[in-house]
Amino acid sequence: MQPFTYERATGLREAAAAVAGRPDAKFISGGTNLIDLMKLGIERPGHLVDISRLPLAGIADAADGGLTIGAQVRNSDLAADMRVRRRYPVLAQALLAGASGQLRNKATTAGNLLQRTRCPYFYNPAMACNKREPGSGCSALGGFERSLGILGTSEHCAAVHPSDMAVAMAALDARIETTGPDGGTRSLALGELHRLPGETPAIETALAPGEMITAVTLPPPPSGRQLYRKVRDRASYAFALVSVAVVVEGDAAGIRSARLAFGGIAPKPWRARAAEAALTAGPAGEAGWRAAADAELAGARQGAQIDFKHELLRRTLRHALTETTRPG
Amino acid sequence: MEKHIVQGRDTASAGVIGRPLDRSDGPQKVRGLATYGHEHVPERRPAHGYILGAGIARGVLTAIDTAAAEAAPGVIHVMTHRNAPAQPAFGGPTVPEVPQVFTRPRPVLAGDTVHYHDQPVALVVAESFEEARAAAGLIRCTYRREPGSFSLHGGLANAYRPERANAGMATDSVIGDLDAAMASAAVTLDSTYETAFGSHNPLEPHAAVAEWQGDRLTLYTATQTLANVRAGLAATLRIPADNIRVISPFIGGGFGAKLIVHAETVLAALAARAIGRPVKVALTRQQMFANAGHRPAMVQRMRIAAGRDGRLTGFGHDVIASTARIEEFAEQAAATGRALYAAPNRRTTHRLVRLDTHRGEWMRAPGEAPGLIAIECAMDELAEKLGLDPVELRVLNEPARDPERSVPFSTRNLVACLREGAKRFGWDDLPRRPGSRREGRKLIGYGMAAAIRANYLGATSVRVSLDARGMVSVQTDMTDIGTGTYTILGQVAAERLGVPVSAIRVELGDSDLPRSAGSGGSWGATSTATALHNACAALRNKLLTAARDHERSPLRGLDLGAARLERAALIVNRRSEPLSRLVAAIAPGGLSAEGSAQRGETYTAFSQHAYGAHFAEVSVDLDTGEPRLRRMLGVFAAGKLLNSKTARSQMIGGMIWGVGAALTEETVLDPRHGHFVNHDLGDYHVPCHVDVPNVEAVFLDEHDDKANPFGAKGIGELGNCGASAAVANAVYNATGIRVRSLPITLDKLLPGLPVA
Repeated sequence: MQPFTYERATGLREAAAAVAGRPDAKFISGGTNLIDLMKLGIERPGHLVDISRLPLAGIADAADGGLTIGAQVRNSDLAADMRVRRRYPVLAQALLAGASGQLRNKATTAGNLLQRTRCPYFYNPAMACNKREPGSGCSALGGFERSLGILGTSEHCAAVHPSDMAVAMAALDARIETTGPDGGTRSLALGELHRLPGETPAIETALAPGEMITAVTLPPPPSGRQLYRKVRDRASYAFALVSVAVVVEGDAAGIRSARLAFGGIAPKPWRARAAEAALTAGPAGEAGWRAAADAELAGARQGAQIDFKHELLRRTLRHALTETTRPG
Repeated sequence: MEKHIVQGRDTASAGVIGRPLDRSDGPQKVRGLATYGHEHVPERRPAHGYILGAGIARGVLTAIDTAAAEAAPGVIHVMTHRNAPAQPAFGGPTVPEVPQVFTRPRPVLAGDTVHYHDQPVALVVAESFEEARAAAGLIRCTYRREPGSFSLHGGLANAYRPERANAGMATDSVIGDLDAAMASAAVTLDSTYETAFGSHNPLEPHAAVAEWQGDRLTLYTATQTLANVRAGLAATLRIPADNIRVISPFIGGGFGAKLIVHAETVLAALAARAIGRPVKVALTRQQMFANAGHRPAMVQRMRIAAGRDGRLTGFGHDVIASTARIEEFAEQAAATGRALYAAPNRRTTHRLVRLDTHRGEWMRAPGEAPGLIAIECAMDELAEKLGLDPVELRVLNEPARDPERSVPFSTRNLVACLREGAKRFGWDDLPRRPGSRREGRKLIGYGMAAAIRANYLGATSVRVSLDARGMVSVQTDMTDIGTGTYTILGQVAAERLGVPVSAIRVELGDSDLPRSAGSGGSWGATSTATALHNACAALRNKLLTAARDHERSPLRGLDLGAARLERAALIVNRRSEPLSRLVAAIAPGGLSAEGSAQRGETYTAFSQHAYGAHFAEVSVDLDTGEPRLRRMLGVFAAGKLLNSKTARSQMIGGMIWGVGAALTEETVLDPRHGHFVNHDLGDYHVPCHVDVPNVEAVFLDEHDDKANPFGAKGIGELGNCGASAAVANAVYNATGIRVRSLPITLDKLLPGLPVA
């Protein structure tokens, strides 16, 4: 950990300006990821702006019937909110599937979205990593690939975004509200927040320097049934090998509408538009579900260590759709 | 210097051995008053060392630029191979005599050669840990890489035969003609099983605080065996062992990873001498994976020949394990079956593949844990081939004498464990046909396996003293690595001296105290308790002699042949003399005696093992393949228990280790770079609570009169012997998919699961 200075933010605009004013400055809130990375010398901020006490810890009903979730709402509080549990159960399920109780008590909504990959090669400073040291190469590809992605990856990086919460939010059409250093605000779809690695894996989001997430807004709860299913090696405190968030209207006769998002397989929470389209257009039942998964997996990365994720995704989607289209 | 004494809290004395007393050190631990290695406060203010590890696995460190680190804030000293004090050469991969593995020098920063990834290449010493770590990040290393070997499978063709297996066990054993038995048997099994690298991951990382006073060194550390650390460090520093005092009163888990001296200890001692100030060094969690030992990866071939009746005619176990080019470790997996089942034709072998990693170490149940995975999965496969119940197959092949040594067993209650376990688990009513039981979208399966673990004794001395207030102190350099040593020694002394447990103070973990065999090989409790038993007998004799002869003794001249020590008094005929008053009269300075334990004739004249039987129920998700434990029962016969609560805890902990090895735990070696890829507790999957529901352990009554005066056997490792195989066999029973490569992760099951 290199020496750094620290300040406690006094206001939104001041916080954004403080970070925008120094290229080596970073926001810190729960710190569950950033501090680990600082200890390992992977994040090396020279200045930290603590935004954890900013008045962004509320959950409010929006005028349109949706929900506005403050950036500083703790994961455990969000999961326990009765409005979330009743109207957005897929989000509550995803939150509770993430990390551990202790981490959820500390981790915040915005911090969860902006957490960095857990690729073990990213986490080892002795290994080449284009995300950590741009241009140094990727030592994960060709190595232990089990945790790597199959969709949206590039030859420069195949690391996945580790969040569960964000996958559910992607299925719920969440939007991100931000404040910039000049006090300007903007709103962007969650799908626009994270960038695919391409040739620049170190650039992970569309946020400008100092631009701070202030809230996540959820549109009114979609009709249909919701489910989050996370598949992992250990029953708790393990990242997803594959996860599926579904919001579905349908039954044995067919699926009328579907919003699907996948986790554990891509550099960002993966909204599965191709699968959604195939699902509503295709035949009813399992054959159609499988075709929908295949539509999303067309062109997915292959390899001896990751091929299982293709089948695992198909089967997990089948499970989620079985559960959400079951009569009654 | 702070004293670390744990006083008992129970008022019982008579009959207290075996009772489920709470840990006497529990309150200290939960209140944060138990001082662990890195927490010790030396007399002068310590500096903090941080180890920088090599970024390559094999090659030469051609340049190391420490200028920026030396100029960094708070930095006191940067030690590399260029300025490290001279140390003896490490020597070859093997040592002439078995015990020398614990006493050989283990030099650090000894040259520019890199033997394994994350090998220490520098130590930065600074005023604070954070400053040392930050400065270490400023060191620039330049390497010349050399190709290395990082794949067990890649080296199978070049496996070599070691001179001996761990602990001096025979490399091979051959009895009869296995090949002929295989050729002529009605039923044969020939299966190969693979087990992964494993990492101990004690909660407390390796740590050392070194402080010199002249040419004498005080070392606070976390070790299972003080004598080993003392000897290994003395050899490395080239000073007499007597000049080193090792203090290690509380240890946050060892599991075999804290048996030898490691780099952090040597570096702390070297740095403290170099800067003339105490130095603290700890391994980080990440550094432990490369620098604090691992369980070797293995490929194990089982060949079993049997008649139609299920009786074995041949038993073959060929193990190929990884070892390190720099230092050999031949984990004795193939020795496991040498005493397990009867079969006239037998062959067990160990071969090794050299890899460019750091050495493997003794990880809880070395030998048995991986060995029983192969043996007990093979027996499960054989039972199915024979159409026999797996329990019955094992009962059928129960030997009357040790099948390879031709000596009698001391006590052997494997069959009783199998029967009792089957009864308690409801085994006979469970479906045997694989893949035949479903609950919703879960496949449910059941498996069992036998457990065997050798019983050892290590030379140990204990001092016991009685003071004029009637307080007893027990002193030895034995350790309590979380197992309950403090508690059981209090129970033994209380019962043998007839005083309440609350009058016993136990002092451990200081090399100034009488030397013990330490905690390792499951021998700590029985060795130390035996020495304490003898010490108590010697103290009793001293007390009685003084009571009879001392001129101020109220019992002077009495015939004390029938005297008893009870209720904190010496009772003879109808007279009862409180110990405090008696000692105050006859030995105001107190009385003290030592006792020792060493291997006797029965140690070799009998085949001594503890036994058990594991039964497991698992679910496998039909959609995702996720295997999860649902319940597990272990039934064990391990002689007399010294404390049934700490014993049960150890068994449950061991069983959970077995679950981890079966389903989740694997340290991945990158075959290109030679580093352990997953090196923290987020990626190395030790089971969480939710992974291990309903794990229960029970003991059968047993007394092994060949083992020691208590009839007790070692139990620290018995719990994870066979546990993995029971889980693996349950996964097979659930799915009909036989995965022979552990851990059984869902990707290995997925291809075999039904599509719908």
